[in-house]
Amino acid sequence: MSKKFHVIVIGAGSTGTATAHDLALRGLDVTVIERGEIASGTTGRNHCLLHSGGRYAVKDHEGAIECIEENMILRKIMHDVLELNDGLFVAVDESDLAFKETFLAGCEECHIPAREVPVKRALEIEPYLNPKILAAVQVPDGVFEPYRFCLSFLATAVKNGAQALPYHEVVAMKMSGNAVAGVRVRDYRTGQEREIDADLVVNAAGPWAEHIAAMASVDVPVQPTPGVMVTIAKRLNQMVINRLNKPADGDIVVPQRQTSIIGTTSWKVENADAIPIPQDHIDKMLHMGELMIPAVRQNPIRGVMAVARPLISKPGTDERDASRTFECFDHKYDGVENFVTISGGKTTTARAMAEKVSNIVCRKLGVEAECRTRDVVLESYRNYYDN
Amino acid sequence: MKLNVKIYRYKPGTEPHYDTFPVEVPETANVLDALERAWADHDMSIMFRHACHHASCGSCGLLVNDQEKLPCVTPVTDYGEGATLKIDPMRNMPVITDLAVDASVVYQRMELIGMPIIRNAETIRPDKRTILPEGLETFGRFENCLECGLCLSACPVMATDPQFLGPMTLAAAERLLAEPRGADVDRVYRLVDDEHGVWRCHSSFECTEACPYEVDPGAAIMRLKRKIGMRKLKRFFGGS
Repeated sequence: MSKKFHVIVIGAGSTGTATAHDLALRGLDVTVIERGEIASGTTGRNHCLLHSGGRYAVKDHEGAIECIEENMILRKIMHDVLELNDGLFVAVDESDLAFKETFLAGCEECHIPAREVPVKRALEIEPYLNPKILAAVQVPDGVFEPYRFCLSFLATAVKNGAQALPYHEVVAMKMSGNAVAGVRVRDYRTGQEREIDADLVVNAAGPWAEHIAAMASVDVPVQPTPGVMVTIAKRLNQMVINRLNKPADGDIVVPQRQTSIIGTTSWKVENADAIPIPQDHIDKMLHMGELMIPAVRQNPIRGVMAVARPLISKPGTDERDASRTFECFDHKYDGVENFVTISGGKTTTARAMAEKVSNIVCRKLGVEAECRTRDVVLESYRNYYDN
Repeated sequence: MKLNVKIYRYKPGTEPHYDTFPVEVPETANVLDALERAWADHDMSIMFRHACHHASCGSCGLLVNDQEKLPCVTPVTDYGEGATLKIDPMRNMPVITDLAVDASVVYQRMELIGMPIIRNAETIRPDKRTILPEGLETFGRFENCLECGLCLSACPVMATDPQFLGPMTLAAAERLLAEPRGADVDRVYRLVDDEHGVWRCHSSFECTEACPYEVDPGAAIMRLKRKIGMRKLKRFFGGS
């Protein structure tokens, strides 16, 4: 009988929970360790946009294709936890209008279904749109809710034998020579520390990945890069509304439940814990939002949030140009065995990130098991609490 | 704005106590920001549940000065400069540690009643018509209920009867009857028409007061009682 390998996944955001699901499906023993509540890091406070990929269709084909593929998969595997009302890219000025043909061509090249909607029709569908818009293009954007997104993956992983340990913080790597042999955790429920052995550790700690990697004396180039989102206390759009132009601040308004969420901005920080929110970023969101939906100014703000994206930093890049695609670092190339970091990315592509790192994990452990996450419909998120 | 955050601390097997920390947050901050500041600046062993910070996930429910609140959308200006915010975990759920409760009852009850979390979105057009883009048969949206459990915390009956379905579950049942989405309606009626269902509710309306998203479970339960009554009456007279 072949040994069942034990893999520890650090972080229960979208990356960690999707990875736990993938590995559990492949028959591995998985423990997910999370210092707080599930999705209390970056994933919790994201913009909730299930990207069609339109945003990246002109400048980042790789990113756009990843998005549309994962969008279609998520619609299949977590259908009941999504608002699926498509999205519109709207032209507010002549510069936007001039971008339209480039945009449509980019979508076609990336196989993103995009159709132009006559302005008059767009205004009928979306009564709060700026009546002066010059063009509108429909794409298959969607909306998710990040806590339930993560719980869906984790519920399925747990059903398949994985264990989740929230309120446990990894305080040290357990090393055996040059190899990671497990972790030392502080259990915040009791204040006690203990060791948990593992055959391999996956670092899915988002903007804290560098902090975790340092415990194994390894460096990962992750730059915490927060953005501000402003939630307006009224559902002013049914479809996601995007600005028809190159990506910029405040160019997306995501509807969710009875609210509309304007986002986002981008700036670099050192410390990803408790980021102070700059007032001028809030002002900018309202200013950019009202260009597409004037009524954002006439409704109260329900909440403002910001959290650090885990961007892969390459020296000398502007934060907007840093790739939103993901990367997997096998630290054997840094001289440390049994340790892998998965970073970057976006929640929309969490499943793909998990597939990539799980392939590497299985190869390293000599486990022959195919990825099945494209097809397996996830459990109800509520079943995470079925104990 | 300067505030004091007085936080309930608890580890199983020990006596609970409060730790008080001074924080400074912008005027536009919410209570969750103040709590997060206390955590980041003073004591990162404070455990509290949170995820979305914009009243969508429902995970951060707490008592603030003994009132049920969703701290991510509760402004600090509700309390004022120099105020002390006493923060306690929700009631009627086991405390894991500090402010983090075991919210299993919330999700187990919702799964029992079976309300899908996605519903039809009402039209936002002023003329009440719905006009759809090509390819869509309907607009959908998340239900108002965040599954936050604040109503279960506030409900005086939950405190005395652990089997009481609770306001959240009963309101979800009423939503299912209003928009079945394939639900077994007879089963829903059987679940709620029970001594631990609607009939345990005595309309204190603490649930409606606590709800951060206008689910108004108190009113939903009254509608549910009326529906049960009307259904029985119809059947009594040979209808169905």
